[in-house]
Amino acid sequence: MLEIKNLHVKLEEDGKAILKGVDLTVEAGKVHAIMGPNGSGKSTLSYVLAGRDGYEVTEGGASLDGEELLEMEPEDRAAAGLFLAFQYPVEIPGVGNMTFLRTALNAQRKARGEAEVSAGEFLKLVREKAKSLKIDADMLKRPVNVGFSGGEKKRNEILQMAMLEPRMCILDETDSGLDVDAMKLVAEGVNALRGEGRGFLVITHYQRLLDHIKPDVVHIMADGRIVKTGGPELALEVETNGYADILAEVA
Amino acid sequence: MAVAARQAAERLDAMSPPAGGAWVSRARSGALERLRTMGLPGRRDEYWRFTDPTSLTVAAPPRAAVFDTADEAPVFGPIDRLKLVFVDGVFDPAASDDPVLAGVEISRLAEAGAQDIHWAQDLYGTLETAGQVPVERPLAALNTAMARDGVLIRVTGKAAKPVSLIYAHKSDSSDAILHHCIKLEPGAELTLLENGPAAARFNKVMEVDVADGARFHHVRAQGRDHERRAATHIFARLGRESLFKSFTLTANGVLTRNEAVIELTGDDAVAHIAGAALGDGAFHHDDTVFVTHGAERCESRQVYKKVLRNGAVGVFQGKILVRPGAQKTDGYQISQSLLLDDDSQFLAKPELEIYADDVKCSHGSTTGAIDETALFYLRSRGVPRIEAQNLMVLSFLAEAIEEIEDEAIADDIRSRLQGWLARRSR
Repeated sequence: MLEIKNLHVKLEEDGKAILKGVDLTVEAGKVHAIMGPNGSGKSTLSYVLAGRDGYEVTEGGASLDGEELLEMEPEDRAAAGLFLAFQYPVEIPGVGNMTFLRTALNAQRKARGEAEVSAGEFLKLVREKAKSLKIDADMLKRPVNVGFSGGEKKRNEILQMAMLEPRMCILDETDSGLDVDAMKLVAEGVNALRGEGRGFLVITHYQRLLDHIKPDVVHIMADGRIVKTGGPELALEVETNGYADILAEVA
Repeated sequence: MAVAARQAAERLDAMSPPAGGAWVSRARSGALERLRTMGLPGRRDEYWRFTDPTSLTVAAPPRAAVFDTADEAPVFGPIDRLKLVFVDGVFDPAASDDPVLAGVEISRLAEAGAQDIHWAQDLYGTLETAGQVPVERPLAALNTAMARDGVLIRVTGKAAKPVSLIYAHKSDSSDAILHHCIKLEPGAELTLLENGPAAARFNKVMEVDVADGARFHHVRAQGRDHERRAATHIFARLGRESLFKSFTLTANGVLTRNEAVIELTGDDAVAHIAGAALGDGAFHHDDTVFVTHGAERCESRQVYKKVLRNGAVGVFQGKILVRPGAQKTDGYQISQSLLLDDDSQFLAKPELEIYADDVKCSHGSTTGAIDETALFYLRSRGVPRIEAQNLMVLSFLAEAIEEIEDEAIADDIRSRLQGWLARRSR
């Protein structure tokens, strides 16, 4: 479903190469995890796929269901089914969470030529999804992420994901800043979305998130490349031995 | 003497106020005398450094095409209100409601001014005169001298619904002058709405006397006509434990100067004044505000936000003056601009002058572009660029709009803004 081929990316600002040939395929219905030390290029990969400014693709490409992603505007990638859960969700004062969600949902539906969701339908849908993530009415009414705790922000990301029902979800260090209970809630939210042919790319530093979101495939990323790929046991190996051994082994 | 200055002096010499009864004639000739002493404002006046007053002071206003707003629902449409309509500055009784409202006494300056005594005689020109110190405001004195009409509102109880002044613009060369007086007796409450472009050139003064414990809410939407010009003044005096809240939304207008002069004279009074402006192209918008704390434990807030693009210019001159003895003053002032391109300009002159030692005053002024990270966040959720930018504009203006207490009125302002932004994006 998501196919990344020989992706090379440098920073526009200083020309520094960050991704140096990433090859990765996420099949429909599968959960892939990317682990790796700081600065290995994990977050850059997620931003480049979602279409953030400031990066230049020098070689290779990425496609979603056969559609070339990297030439599309961010909003078109979203409408095509890509979703990025941000490591640092952005606060938007003055724009209500509900308004934001409804605007996003209807914009995507419109882009796909589908009918907009009515206010009543939307309300019913959002209440149902919010409940399972323990997001109360007050949080829905408040401006987007303003005054939210770290855990609330991440749950809000998962709520957006649940509402938008993307084909391909990228989770960028969704576990950062979460306590164990919050992480369980978030993981439950993600697990509820598994299946239905939906693909996941879970980016994380630590194995602990993967205790709750069980991956099918684990990749280790270092210095802008995928250096090792394996099953869930690879995450455990990282947890026990750190990255040093693996990096030494592939060097 | 330069030609322009000589012409202005000649114009003032030749000016003669409209005829009226004893009280208003006294006020008018007094105002004209003051105006002749101070002269009309010029580009060299410090108070007009950022805004050229020439087109506001010349004898005949530059023409202003009438803008068709037929594609838009009427401003404050869903709000139950008492409507008073002025067309190019002339009262239109046929389009207006009967000025009958429990707890509120409404008369017109044109009628009340023909009488020899009226309650407004203690207010008309009084706050304007007081507001000429320490900074002169000649256009306000000109208004007091020359205004033929306006509304005089005395509120004795809680008004059952808002009074809504509607200013229609139908002639491309109209030059309108209106002077309103609003007196809230102790404990009274009124919401005053204003909307519309009014005229090719509009000079308006509103004097508001808020007695002890009274509450005054003011929400204004200045018209969308691109070519109109306006110089408006609000002079307010606040008694003990009274409340004054004013919000202005401005879009378009080649020149707008909105001055507010607010004096907190009774302890524990609260004054909030806010503005949201959308400027595009030939747009010059100037908010000039002077808040004086003359009593203890008063609170004042000035919140001004401007969104500018295509060469639009925004000006903010705001001052908080804390007099000796005005202890426990809580003063806040923020002026911010969001520049959507590199051609637009924001000029700000925030000032604090404090003569009491136990006060809390803060002020800030910023200019910036749209937050790219937030824009990307919205787009990554599928919101197209233009729509995302519009959401960011609403987000930026939110703090000013939140100063409107009535939720239904605030919602009307928000939906109007959304409509304007959507139209602009097409």
